[in-house]
Amino acid sequence: MDTGFIIEKFILVAVIFGISLVIAMYSTYAERKVAAFLQDRLGPDRAGPFGILQPLADGVKMFMKEEIIPTTSNRWLFIVGPGLALLCACIGTAVIPWGTPVLIAGKTISLQVTDINVGVLYIFGVVSLGVYGVMIGGWASNNKYSLLSAIRAASQNISYEIAMGLSIIALLLMTNTLSLKEIVAQQHGLNWNVWYQPLGFIIFMVCSFAETNRAPFDLPECETELIGGYHTEYSSMKLGFYLFAEYINMFVSSAVMAALYWGGYNYPGMDYVATHLGPTWAPLIGTGVFFLKIVLFIFFFMWVRWTIPRFRYDQLMNLGWKGLIPLAIANIIITGVVIAIIEKF
Amino acid sequence: MESLSNKKKVLEQKPLSFMERMYLPAIVKGMGITISHLFKKEATVRYPEVEREFSTNFRGMHSLKRDEKGRERCTACGLCALSCPAEAITMIAAERKPEEKHLYREEKYAATYEINMLRCIFCGLCEEACPKEAIYLDGPIVPADYLRKDFIYGKDKLVEAPLEMKK
Repeated sequence: MDTGFIIEKFILVAVIFGISLVIAMYSTYAERKVAAFLQDRLGPDRAGPFGILQPLADGVKMFMKEEIIPTTSNRWLFIVGPGLALLCACIGTAVIPWGTPVLIAGKTISLQVTDINVGVLYIFGVVSLGVYGVMIGGWASNNKYSLLSAIRAASQNISYEIAMGLSIIALLLMTNTLSLKEIVAQQHGLNWNVWYQPLGFIIFMVCSFAETNRAPFDLPECETELIGGYHTEYSSMKLGFYLFAEYINMFVSSAVMAALYWGGYNYPGMDYVATHLGPTWAPLIGTGVFFLKIVLFIFFFMWVRWTIPRFRYDQLMNLGWKGLIPLAIANIIITGVVIAIIEKF
Repeated sequence: MESLSNKKKVLEQKPLSFMERMYLPAIVKGMGITISHLFKKEATVRYPEVEREFSTNFRGMHSLKRDEKGRERCTACGLCALSCPAEAITMIAAERKPEEKHLYREEKYAATYEINMLRCIFCGLCEEACPKEAIYLDGPIVPADYLRKDFIYGKDKLVEAPLEMKK
């Protein structure tokens, strides 16, 4: 392993980390703007032109606020909680292939931090870890509302992970690989997985709404029942970390959805672009297309949030266990049968 | 029993049909409604920069008027103070000196004239009571302030600007 390789990966990690933080930052702004536009309002427009600097102002506010750690809390876990939530949200981006290898200064650079051959499983592992941040924070607060919220978050995430995993199995039957890089590479042009797995995609999408604790499944943050949810006792930047982790999770799950089902960096006419623009610009355009898809998914998350009211807890569990899991299993069976028939004839 | 208005709607709780239990059709419909609002005109008025127009009979801050020669019209008769249901107006009258003829129209004038804007209810009775057409509530909204004493507006804030300054 030479130094150039390490430097290359280090720069790539830094860039991806920076991009995901900036996108998460501007997601908070976009969320408020989208909310406003969907409700015939203007949204934040005071900080800078069109309120562009609003996230910075929010960040400064978060840092300046008084930091309160309740005396009855478990101090060590109380501090670990938000850090863990943010860490787990961030490391998910490591296996996502952001584009085809790009030629920069005579060197071919892979736009994926690491291509592990179980990339899908890694994503699942990281997403499952994410609930620990919420659990630890809610438990360490020593507040019954935080604890209830943490329990809700944990049970919700675990329930929906099953349906999510099952919906992915149908996809893996088709792709025959767990490596995200190959899954995306197989969807060349317009050969996207969503055309073959529409039901699987819908199940996966509903589950990722539940996994990211977004509306209509934002029960852990149900203000009317649980004050603020698991971060009731948090203040200052620790609260900021939790809120930020939610937006990074949203970014990562948008990226995963775009990569697994909507072709990632693939777009119709990419061969034509690749032959005409050369190996430097064509991959970057592909990356741009990927980010466009991600932004559209993030918009979709927000659009849904301002449309659908929150599910009741029993409705949530009914939908997860009695609706999505049987559907996902049926999807696996149908996919398996169809693949068997195709291979036979 | 027959309802008198015939507007009563009898609702019964039926179990959800299959389509309703799928949620998705209703969700798609709702998303269509919300996205249509994306293109509608927003109702917001950007307040400090843009102000909504007042109606013609809006009653705002008082102003003490001058006549066509720039002399103060108020003669300190006290009818406004008397008519004021909130007792917001106080004044001290003084007699006009010969050299002050260009300043005050009548022989008696208000040396001090104070309105407590925290007491004032903007009913406009002072305006109706005034025999000299000297007070009108035709100003803007009274601004907020920090101290109670700053809400007592004297002649410096109430009297209309002199004619040449208005030009």
